[in-house]
Amino acid sequence: MSTEEKYVAAAYLVVLLVVLVYVMIMAAKLSRLGRDVAELTALVRERRRAGEEPVSKPAPKQVKVG
Amino acid sequence: MTALAGLTAVLLGSAVALIFFYAPVDEDGLNQKIFYFHVPIALTAYVCFGWGALKAFLHLWKRVPTADLESYVAIHQGVIFGAMTLVTGSIWARFRWGHWWVWGDEQLVLFLVLFLFYCAYFMLRFSVDPGPQRANLCAVYALFGVVLIPISFLAIRLASSYIHPTVFTSSGPQMATSQFATFCVAWAAMISLAYFFYRFELAGKRLAADLKELRELLA
Repeated sequence: MSTEEKYVAAAYLVVLLVVLVYVMIMAAKLSRLGRDVAELTALVRERRRAGEEPVSKPAPKQVKVG
Repeated sequence: MTALAGLTAVLLGSAVALIFFYAPVDEDGLNQKIFYFHVPIALTAYVCFGWGALKAFLHLWKRVPTADLESYVAIHQGVIFGAMTLVTGSIWARFRWGHWWVWGDEQLVLFLVLFLFYCAYFMLRFSVDPGPQRANLCAVYALFGVVLIPISFLAIRLASSYIHPTVFTSSGPQMATSQFATFCVAWAAMISLAYFFYRFELAGKRLAADLKELRELLA
Protein backbone atom coordinates (compact mmCIF):
# COMPACT_ATOMS: atom_id res chain seq x y z
CA MET A 1 0.00 0.00 0.00
CA SER A 2 1.50 3.36 -1.05
CA THR A 3 1.63 6.40 1.25
CA GLU A 4 -1.05 8.11 -0.85
CA GLU A 5 -3.36 5.11 -0.52
CA LYS A 6 -2.80 5.10 3.25
CA TYR A 7 -3.86 8.75 3.50
CA VAL A 8 -7.00 8.15 1.43
CA ALA A 9 -7.87 5.09 3.53
CA ALA A 10 -7.28 7.09 6.73
CA ALA A 11 -9.63 9.88 5.60
CA TYR A 12 -12.43 7.45 4.76
CA LEU A 13 -11.86 5.46 7.96
CA VAL A 14 -12.19 8.65 10.02
CA VAL A 15 -15.60 9.33 8.47
CA LEU A 16 -16.68 5.72 9.01
CA LEU A 17 -15.44 5.83 12.61
CA VAL A 18 -17.30 9.06 13.40
CA VAL A 19 -20.53 7.66 11.92
CA LEU A 20 -20.12 4.40 13.88
CA VAL A 21 -19.36 6.19 17.16
CA TYR A 22 -22.37 8.47 16.67
CA VAL A 23 -24.67 5.52 15.93
CA MET A 24 -23.31 3.65 18.99
CA ILE A 25 -23.91 6.66 21.25
CA MET A 26 -27.44 7.08 19.91
CA ALA A 27 -28.11 3.33 20.29
CA ALA A 28 -26.95 3.51 23.93
CA LYS A 29 -29.24 6.51 24.54
CA LEU A 30 -32.20 4.75 22.91
CA SER A 31 -31.52 1.67 24.98
CA ARG A 32 -31.58 3.82 28.14
CA LEU A 33 -34.88 5.36 26.99
CA GLY A 34 -36.25 1.87 26.41
CA ARG A 35 -35.34 0.93 29.98
CA ASP A 36 -37.04 4.11 31.24
CA VAL A 37 -40.22 3.26 29.31
CA ALA A 38 -40.21 -0.27 30.76
CA GLU A 39 -39.69 1.11 34.27
CA LEU A 40 -42.54 3.61 33.93
CA THR A 41 -44.83 0.97 32.43
CA ALA A 42 -44.12 -1.29 35.40
CA LEU A 43 -44.82 1.58 37.79
CA VAL A 44 -48.20 2.34 36.15
CA ARG A 45 -49.16 -1.36 36.20
CA GLU A 46 -48.21 -1.60 39.86
CA ARG A 47 -50.34 1.44 40.72
CA ARG A 48 -53.29 0.09 38.78
CA ARG A 49 -53.06 -3.15 40.65
CA ALA A 50 -53.01 -1.23 43.92
CA GLY A 51 -56.16 0.61 42.80
CA GLU A 52 -54.45 3.94 42.34
CA GLU A 53 -55.00 6.44 39.57
CA PRO A 54 -52.00 6.37 37.13
CA VAL A 55 -51.83 10.14 37.02
CA SER A 56 -52.40 12.25 40.14
CA LYS A 57 -55.32 14.57 39.45
CA PRO A 58 -55.53 18.01 41.10
CA ALA A 59 -58.08 18.33 43.91
CA PRO A 60 -61.49 19.50 42.60
CA LYS A 61 -62.04 23.22 43.00
CA GLN A 62 -64.85 24.18 45.39
CA VAL A 63 -67.38 26.60 43.95
CA LYS A 64 -70.46 28.19 45.47
CA VAL A 65 -73.73 26.83 44.20
CA GLY A 66 -76.90 28.85 44.40
CA MET B 1 -37.23 7.01 9.44
CA THR B 2 -36.50 3.52 8.05
CA ALA B 3 -36.94 4.78 4.49
CA LEU B 4 -34.58 7.67 5.21
CA ALA B 5 -32.00 5.27 6.68
CA GLY B 6 -32.31 3.07 3.59
CA LEU B 7 -31.95 6.03 1.24
CA THR B 8 -28.88 7.21 3.15
CA ALA B 9 -27.28 3.76 2.97
CA VAL B 10 -27.98 3.51 -0.79
CA LEU B 11 -26.60 7.00 -1.44
CA LEU B 12 -23.47 6.38 0.64
CA GLY B 13 -22.84 3.06 -1.09
CA SER B 14 -23.38 4.65 -4.52
CA ALA B 15 -21.08 7.53 -3.63
CA VAL B 16 -18.24 5.22 -2.56
CA ALA B 17 -18.71 3.07 -5.69
CA LEU B 18 -18.68 6.14 -7.97
CA ILE B 19 -15.64 7.63 -6.21
CA PHE B 20 -13.49 4.52 -6.55
CA PHE B 21 -14.80 2.93 -9.76
CA TYR B 22 -16.20 5.74 -11.90
CA ALA B 23 -14.56 9.09 -11.19
CA PRO B 24 -11.20 9.37 -12.95
CA VAL B 25 -7.96 10.06 -11.10
CA ASP B 26 -6.84 13.57 -12.08
CA GLU B 27 -3.47 15.34 -11.83
CA ASP B 28 -3.82 15.56 -8.02
CA GLY B 29 -3.53 11.78 -7.91
CA LEU B 30 -5.37 9.33 -5.70
CA ASN B 31 -5.33 11.87 -2.87
CA GLN B 32 -8.02 13.76 -4.79
CA LYS B 33 -10.49 11.00 -3.78
CA ILE B 34 -10.62 12.67 -0.35
CA PHE B 35 -12.18 15.73 -2.03
CA TYR B 36 -15.39 13.77 -2.78
CA PHE B 37 -16.09 13.35 0.94
CA HIS B 38 -14.26 16.34 2.40
CA VAL B 39 -16.06 19.08 0.42
CA PRO B 40 -19.60 17.59 0.74
CA ILE B 41 -19.01 17.16 4.50
CA ALA B 42 -17.90 20.81 4.77
CA LEU B 43 -20.91 22.04 2.76
CA THR B 44 -23.21 19.88 4.89
CA ALA B 45 -21.72 21.44 8.04
CA TYR B 46 -22.56 24.89 6.61
CA VAL B 47 -26.12 23.69 5.86
CA CYS B 48 -26.51 22.36 9.42
CA PHE B 49 -25.27 25.61 10.97
CA GLY B 50 -27.55 27.57 8.63
CA TRP B 51 -30.52 25.36 9.53
CA GLY B 52 -29.74 25.81 13.22
CA ALA B 53 -29.66 29.58 12.75
CA LEU B 54 -32.96 29.51 10.82
CA LYS B 55 -34.61 27.58 13.64
CA ALA B 56 -33.12 30.02 16.15
CA PHE B 57 -34.60 32.89 14.14
CA LEU B 58 -38.00 31.16 14.12
CA HIS B 59 -37.75 30.76 17.87
CA LEU B 60 -37.08 34.46 18.38
CA TRP B 61 -39.52 35.71 15.78
CA LYS B 62 -42.52 33.37 15.85
CA ARG B 63 -41.87 31.61 19.17
CA VAL B 64 -42.22 28.22 17.52
CA PRO B 65 -42.19 25.85 20.54
CA THR B 66 -40.04 23.17 18.90
CA ALA B 67 -37.54 25.55 17.29
CA ASP B 68 -35.09 25.74 20.21
CA LEU B 69 -34.54 21.98 20.34
CA GLU B 70 -34.36 21.76 16.53
CA SER B 71 -31.77 24.55 16.45
CA TYR B 72 -29.69 22.78 19.09
CA VAL B 73 -29.79 19.43 17.27
CA ALA B 74 -28.92 21.05 13.91
CA ILE B 75 -25.92 22.81 15.47
CA HIS B 76 -24.86 19.53 17.07
CA GLN B 77 -24.89 17.93 13.61
CA GLY B 78 -22.96 20.91 12.22
CA VAL B 79 -20.25 20.43 14.85
CA ILE B 80 -19.97 16.71 14.06
CA PHE B 81 -19.68 17.41 10.33
CA GLY B 82 -17.33 20.32 11.06
CA ALA B 83 -15.01 18.01 13.02
CA MET B 84 -15.02 15.54 10.12
CA THR B 85 -14.22 18.39 7.71
CA LEU B 86 -11.21 19.46 9.76
CA VAL B 87 -9.86 15.92 10.12
CA THR B 88 -10.34 14.84 6.48
CA GLY B 89 -8.94 18.20 5.29
CA SER B 90 -5.89 17.81 7.50
CA ILE B 91 -5.24 14.31 6.15
CA TRP B 92 -5.48 15.64 2.59
CA ALA B 93 -3.19 18.57 3.43
CA ARG B 94 -0.59 16.35 5.13
CA PHE B 95 -0.02 14.47 1.90
CA ARG B 96 -0.39 17.40 -0.53
CA TRP B 97 1.23 20.25 1.40
CA GLY B 98 3.34 18.25 3.85
CA HIS B 99 1.60 19.92 6.80
CA TRP B 100 -1.44 18.96 8.86
CA TRP B 101 -2.45 22.61 9.17
CA VAL B 102 -1.47 25.91 7.54
CA TRP B 103 -2.23 28.95 9.68
CA GLY B 104 -1.67 31.31 6.75
CA ASP B 105 -4.68 30.03 4.81
CA GLU B 106 -7.80 32.17 5.40
CA GLN B 107 -10.35 29.47 4.67
CA LEU B 108 -8.81 26.95 7.06
CA VAL B 109 -8.59 29.46 9.89
CA LEU B 110 -12.08 30.85 9.27
CA PHE B 111 -13.58 27.38 9.23
CA LEU B 112 -11.80 26.63 12.50
CA VAL B 113 -13.18 29.86 13.99
CA LEU B 114 -16.69 28.90 12.83
CA PHE B 115 -16.26 25.41 14.29
CA LEU B 116 -14.97 26.70 17.65
CA PHE B 117 -17.71 29.33 17.76
CA TYR B 118 -20.35 26.63 17.53
CA CYS B 119 -18.46 24.40 19.99
CA ALA B 120 -18.78 27.26 22.48
CA TYR B 121 -22.56 27.20 21.84
CA PHE B 122 -22.72 24.01 23.93
CA MET B 123 -20.81 25.64 26.78
CA LEU B 124 -23.37 28.44 26.78
CA ARG B 125 -26.32 26.06 26.54
CA PHE B 126 -25.22 23.82 29.37
CA SER B 127 -24.20 26.65 31.67
CA VAL B 128 -27.73 28.12 31.78
CA ASP B 129 -30.71 26.42 33.42
CA PRO B 130 -33.29 25.06 30.96
CA GLY B 131 -36.10 27.49 30.22
CA PRO B 132 -37.07 30.47 28.06
CA GLN B 133 -33.94 32.43 29.03
CA ARG B 134 -31.62 29.66 27.83
CA ALA B 135 -33.60 29.26 24.62
CA ASN B 136 -33.37 33.00 23.89
CA LEU B 137 -29.64 33.23 24.67
CA CYS B 138 -28.85 30.18 22.52
CA ALA B 139 -30.98 31.50 19.64
CA VAL B 140 -29.18 34.86 19.63
CA TYR B 141 -25.79 33.11 19.77
CA ALA B 142 -26.72 30.75 16.90
CA LEU B 143 -27.80 33.74 14.79
CA PHE B 144 -24.50 35.56 15.37
CA GLY B 145 -22.58 32.49 14.21
CA VAL B 146 -24.37 32.30 10.89
CA VAL B 147 -22.61 35.51 9.80
CA LEU B 148 -19.36 33.53 9.74
CA ILE B 149 -20.70 31.07 7.13
CA PRO B 150 -20.61 33.37 4.06
CA ILE B 151 -17.30 34.84 5.25
CA SER B 152 -15.80 31.37 5.56
CA PHE B 153 -17.22 30.30 2.20
CA LEU B 154 -16.14 33.45 0.37
CA ALA B 155 -12.77 33.84 2.11
CA ILE B 156 -10.94 31.77 -0.46
CA ARG B 157 -12.55 33.70 -3.31
CA LEU B 158 -11.75 37.10 -1.80
CA ALA B 159 -8.25 36.31 -0.59
CA SER B 160 -5.36 37.70 -2.65
CA SER B 161 -3.08 34.76 -1.91
CA TYR B 162 -4.15 31.27 -0.90
CA ILE B 163 -3.07 27.68 -1.16
CA HIS B 164 -6.44 26.01 -0.62
CA PRO B 165 -7.68 24.71 -3.99
CA THR B 166 -10.79 26.32 -5.53
CA VAL B 167 -12.98 23.98 -7.53
CA PHE B 168 -16.16 26.04 -7.78
CA THR B 169 -15.57 29.40 -9.43
CA SER B 170 -17.85 31.98 -11.07
CA SER B 171 -17.45 30.05 -14.34
CA GLY B 172 -18.80 26.82 -12.79
CA PRO B 173 -17.24 23.65 -11.40
CA GLN B 174 -13.63 23.15 -12.56
CA MET B 175 -13.86 19.39 -13.07
CA ALA B 176 -14.98 16.75 -15.55
CA THR B 177 -18.69 15.84 -15.80
CA SER B 178 -18.05 12.40 -14.29
CA GLN B 179 -16.26 14.01 -11.35
CA PHE B 180 -19.04 16.55 -10.86
CA ALA B 181 -21.72 13.84 -10.98
CA THR B 182 -19.78 11.83 -8.36
CA PHE B 183 -19.44 14.94 -6.22
CA CYS B 184 -23.21 15.57 -6.43
CA VAL B 185 -24.03 12.00 -5.35
CA ALA B 186 -21.52 12.26 -2.48
CA TRP B 187 -23.06 15.55 -1.36
CA ALA B 188 -26.59 14.09 -1.56
CA ALA B 189 -25.34 11.18 0.58
CA MET B 190 -23.90 13.55 3.19
CA ILE B 191 -27.04 15.71 3.29
CA SER B 192 -29.13 12.56 3.65
CA LEU B 193 -26.84 11.27 6.43
CA ALA B 194 -27.04 14.59 8.28
CA TYR B 195 -30.82 14.70 7.92
CA PHE B 196 -31.12 11.12 9.18
CA PHE B 197 -28.94 11.93 12.20
CA TYR B 198 -30.97 15.09 12.78
CA ARG B 199 -34.32 13.27 12.76
CA PHE B 200 -32.91 10.39 14.80
CA GLU B 201 -31.45 12.63 17.50
CA LEU B 202 -34.53 14.88 17.55
CA ALA B 203 -36.83 11.86 18.05
CA GLY B 204 -34.62 10.63 20.88
CA LYS B 205 -34.57 14.02 22.61
CA ARG B 206 -38.35 14.45 22.30
CA LEU B 207 -38.91 10.97 23.70
CA ALA B 208 -36.56 11.73 26.60
CA ALA B 209 -38.45 14.98 27.34
CA ASP B 210 -41.82 13.16 27.24
CA LEU B 211 -40.52 10.48 29.58
CA LYS B 212 -39.18 13.08 31.99
CA GLU B 213 -42.60 14.77 32.08
CA LEU B 214 -44.34 11.41 32.56
CA ARG B 215 -41.96 10.55 35.41
CA GLU B 216 -42.77 13.88 37.09
CA LEU B 217 -46.51 13.28 36.69
CA LEU B 218 -46.22 9.84 38.21
CA ALA B 219 -44.05 10.96 41.11
